[in-house]
Amino acid sequence: MAHWAPAREKLMRIAIPKESYPGERRVAASPESVKKLKGLGFSVVVESGAGETAHYPDRLYVAAGAEIESDPKALYANAQILLKVRPPCERDGVGHEIDLLKPGSTLLSFIYPARSPELLQRLNANKIQCLAMDMVPRISRAQKLDALSSMANIAGYRAVILAANHFGSFFCGQMTAAGKVAPAKVLVIGAGVAGLAALGAAKGLGAIVRSFDTRPAVRDQVKSMGAEFLEVTIEEDGEGTGGYAKEMSPAFIAAEMELFRQQAKEVDIVITTALIPNKAAPKLWLKDMVGLMKPGSVVVDLAAESGGNCEYTRADEVVVEHGVTILGPTDLPSQLATTASQLYAQNLVHMLSDIGGAKAEKDGILGLNLEDEVVRGALVTQNGEVTWPPPVRPAPPAPAVKPAAATAAPAKSGHGGHGAAPAPAGPASKAGLTWGAIGAVLLMFGAAQMGHDAGPVHFMQQLTVFALSCFVGFQVIWSVAPALHTPLMAVTNAISGVIVVGGMLHLHGKAHGPALILALLAVLFATVNIGGGFLVTQRMLKMFRK
Amino acid sequence: MESFLTLTWMVAGVLFISSLRGLGHQETARRGNGFGIVGMALAIVALLASGKVANLELLVPALVGGAVVGGVMAQRVAMTSMPELVAILHSFVGLAAVLVGFAAYLDPPDGQGNKVHDVEIWIDVLIGAITFTGSIVAFLKLRGSVSGKPLLLPGRHMLNLVVILASLGLVVPFAQAEGTSGIIYLVIMSVLAGLQGIHLVAAIGGADMPVVVSMLNSYSGWTASAAGFMLDNNLLIITGALVGSSGAILSYIMCKAMNRSLLSVIFGGFGADPKPGSAGPAVVHEGEPIATNLDELVEELSEAREVIVVPGYGMAVARAQHAVRQLVDVLKAKGCNTRFAIHPVAGRLPGHMNVLLAEASVPYDIVLEMDEINADFPKTDVVLVIGANDIVNPGAQTDASSPIYGMPVLEVWKAKRVVVLKRSRSVGYAGVDNPLFYEQNTRMFYADAKDGMEKVVAGLQK
Repeated sequence: MAHWAPAREKLMRIAIPKESYPGERRVAASPESVKKLKGLGFSVVVESGAGETAHYPDRLYVAAGAEIESDPKALYANAQILLKVRPPCERDGVGHEIDLLKPGSTLLSFIYPARSPELLQRLNANKIQCLAMDMVPRISRAQKLDALSSMANIAGYRAVILAANHFGSFFCGQMTAAGKVAPAKVLVIGAGVAGLAALGAAKGLGAIVRSFDTRPAVRDQVKSMGAEFLEVTIEEDGEGTGGYAKEMSPAFIAAEMELFRQQAKEVDIVITTALIPNKAAPKLWLKDMVGLMKPGSVVVDLAAESGGNCEYTRADEVVVEHGVTILGPTDLPSQLATTASQLYAQNLVHMLSDIGGAKAEKDGILGLNLEDEVVRGALVTQNGEVTWPPPVRPAPPAPAVKPAAATAAPAKSGHGGHGAAPAPAGPASKAGLTWGAIGAVLLMFGAAQMGHDAGPVHFMQQLTVFALSCFVGFQVIWSVAPALHTPLMAVTNAISGVIVVGGMLHLHGKAHGPALILALLAVLFATVNIGGGFLVTQRMLKMFRK
Repeated sequence: MESFLTLTWMVAGVLFISSLRGLGHQETARRGNGFGIVGMALAIVALLASGKVANLELLVPALVGGAVVGGVMAQRVAMTSMPELVAILHSFVGLAAVLVGFAAYLDPPDGQGNKVHDVEIWIDVLIGAITFTGSIVAFLKLRGSVSGKPLLLPGRHMLNLVVILASLGLVVPFAQAEGTSGIIYLVIMSVLAGLQGIHLVAAIGGADMPVVVSMLNSYSGWTASAAGFMLDNNLLIITGALVGSSGAILSYIMCKAMNRSLLSVIFGGFGADPKPGSAGPAVVHEGEPIATNLDELVEELSEAREVIVVPGYGMAVARAQHAVRQLVDVLKAKGCNTRFAIHPVAGRLPGHMNVLLAEASVPYDIVLEMDEINADFPKTDVVLVIGANDIVNPGAQTDASSPIYGMPVLEVWKAKRVVVLKRSRSVGYAGVDNPLFYEQNTRMFYADAKDGMEKVVAGLQK
C-alpha cells in the first residue's frame, strides 16, 4: 500500500515531468510558479532535469520549495495533478504518460482534442480528468490563463527574429557612407495575438510594417502598433467567435488574393498567422505569389502545424522556391523556452487558482465547478466520459461591433440635420442662401438706381470692388488654423475700425452742428476699436510659442 | 492729391489682405498683425495729409483719445475675458457706423442727397444698429450680467419678420422726404433695428456664443462696407467686405463643427425647442457615475505613458490654465507623452482654448485639433477632461434623441481611462445629460479645476 501514502498527506501533490516530445524545451513550471502553487496549498514535485532546457536547474526549484524526483514512474504514479506543456505521449523506456498516471488524477496540458480523438479515448480508459489549456474560452475574464495567447505572443516575436536570420539585409533603412539601404517591408497576414506581436517586433527593428486581416475590428489594433492596415474593396466582416476569423465568401477571397499579389511584388518578409478553429489553415500565400516575390525574400508560416497558409510550407523545414525562403516552424515558443515556460507556468497557476487551489480537493481528486464557463470550456474528459466539445453558450455581443456602428452613425447623420433646425439646409444651400441675401441687397440698390440720373456705371464699379473683396476674403480665411480664430477675429475687428475714415470725411471745413458732433463721436468709437483690436491681437500672438 | 489718396488707400487695402493672410498660421501671425497696423496708420495719415479734413483741433484729440481708451482696455483685459472684449469692440463699430450714417444724411457729400445715397445710408444704419445692440447683449451674456439662457418670445420668427419688413418698408417715405426732414424715419428705423439686434442675440443660447460672436464680427464688416457705398469710398468697401466675408466663413466653420444649421443659430432658440424630428427613446442611464479621489488620479497619471487633456469652458472659468500647464510640464518631465485636444467650439469664442493655453505658455505644437487627435484616443492611457461636457458627449454619436446628436465630438471614451474633472454633477451648456459619466472606464473627479489641478501637480511631484 506504499503508493497510497501521498494521498493520506494533507497536501495535494502536483507533478511536473520533463517534456519528452523531441525538441521541446519548455517546462510546465518555473521556480516562481512553484512558489505560487505552494501558496495555493499544493505540494510540488519536479522531475530531475525537467527545467534544464529552459535554464531552470533543479536547485532553483528546490530553493522555491519543490521536491525533485529522479524516477519518472514514481513521479507519475504519485501525482494527483500533472502539469504538462505538450499533449501526453509515449516516453522511451517508461511507457505512455497517460498509462503511468493513476485513475482519478488530473492533467493540465495542451491537448488539441479536435486533432487527437484517440488521445481522449486513452484518457478516458484511464479515468483521467483532463483540462485542455488550448480550449480555455477566449473571454476577458480568462485572459490571464489564456495559454494560447501567451504562446502566440512569443511565436509572433520569434517569427520576426527567424525571418531576420534568413533575410539578407537590414530591417531598418540606413544611410551609410557607402550608400542607402532601403528598409525591409514586412507583411503580416492575420492580426491576432501572434500577428500583432510580429508587427510590434518588426516595427521595433525598423521595418515598414503592414497587415491584413478579415476582421475590420482589428484595424485600430494594427494601427496602434504603428502598422498600415490593408483593406480590400469588398466589405465583409470576418469576425467569428472567440476572437478568431471565420471563412470568407469567394468574392472576398478573390479580392484578397488580388491584394496579396500586389503586395507580393513589394514586400520582403511575409508572416502568415491565419488560423480557423478546428479546420485546416486556409491557403493564402499561393505558389504564384511566392513566384512574384523578390529573390531573397522570406515567408514565415506560423500555421504550419495546421497545414500552413503558404502552399510551399513544409512543417519544420526550410524550403527555398524561386529564391524565396519559406519557413514553417512549429516550435517557436519552445525556442524561447525560458520566457515561454514562465508565461505558461503562470497561466497554469491562474487556472488552478481559479479552480480554488488545493481546497478544491474532494477525496483526493481535484473538484471542478462545471458551472464555471472557463473550467467547463477547458474540460475535455472526466469520469470516463469525453466532455468535449463543451455545450454552446450564447455568444456575448461582440464588443467590436459597437464602436464600428458608432463611427458609422455620424457619417450618416452629417447631412440629416436635427430636429431643432428650422430648415435642414446642407452646406450648398446655405451658401446659396447667403448669396441670395447679397443678391437681394444688390437688387435694392439697382431698383433705387432706376429712373435716376446718377449713372449706374459708377455704382457697378463699386459693386465690382465689393464682390472681388468678398471673394478675396473667402479665399484668405479658409486656410486659417482654428487655433488662431480668436486673434483673427480681434484683428478683423480692428480692421473694421477703418470706418473711422467715414467719420473723418465728414469733418471737412464746412461741417458744423449735429453732423460735426456725430462724425466726431464716430471717429472716437472707431479708434477705440482700432487701438483695442490691434493691441489685444498683439498680446495674444505674443503668447503663442512653439 | 486725389489720386495720391486713392493710391495710398489701395496699398492699405492690400496690407489688410496680407494681414488676414498672415493670421492664417502661427509663424506669420504677428507679421500679419503688423501689416494691419501699418495699413490702418497709412489710411488715416494719408487722409489727414490730403487736406480733405479740417477741424483738426477736434479730430486729433478724438483719434488719440479713442486709441488710448482702446489700448488701455486691451492691456487690462484678462485672457479669460477675451470674448467679452471682442463683443464690446464689435458694438463700437456698429455705433460708429450708425453715427456716420446720420452724419452723412445731415451733411450730404455733394450738398444735396439723392435716392441712391439715401438707400445706402439706410442700409448702413440698419446693419450698424443691429450690430451695436446685438454686440452689447452678447457682451452682457458673456460677462454673465444677463442669463445665458435663450429668451424665446412667442412667435419670435414672425416678430423678426415683421420688424425687418417694417425697417425695410420705411425706406420709401425716407427716400421721398425732402432735405433732412426724413430724419424721423431714420430714427424710428434705428430704434427698430436696435430692438431687432437685442432680440436676435437674446434668443441664442450660451452654447452658441462662439458662432454669435463671429456672426457679429461679420455684421460689423458688412456695416463698414455699406458705409463705403454710402460715402463712395473704395477703401471702406474693400475692407468691410474682407471682414464681413471672413466673419461669415468663421461662423460657417463653427456651425459645421457643431452640426448646426447657420439659420438655426442666427434665429436662435437652440436647445430649448421640443424636437419634433427626434427618433428613438432617450437613453436612460443605469447606475451612478464612479467617483475617484486625488490619490487614485495621481497614481494613474504617474503610470500613464500617453495622456490627452481636453479643456473646456470650465477651465476658463476656474482660470486653471496655468495649473494645467504645470501638470503637463510635470507629466512630460516623467516621459509621458502629453497633448491637448481642442474641440472647435470649446469655450465661448472660436479658438478660445488655444488663446488661454497660449497665455499659460503651452507650446502650440502639442495643442491639437479634433481631427488631428481623434484617432489617437484608443491608445491613450488617461484622458483628462477639464471643465468640458458637451464636446465629449458620446450621445452625439449614439443617441438620436439628443439635441446634440450628430455634432462631431472628441471620442474620449475610447481611451483606457477617462477622468472628468467637474465641480458638480450639473449638465453642460446645451442642457444635455452626458452618458460618458456612466461609462465603465470613466471616473469623476469632483473639484474646482484650478484647485484640483494644483493638488494633482503637488501629488505628482511628491
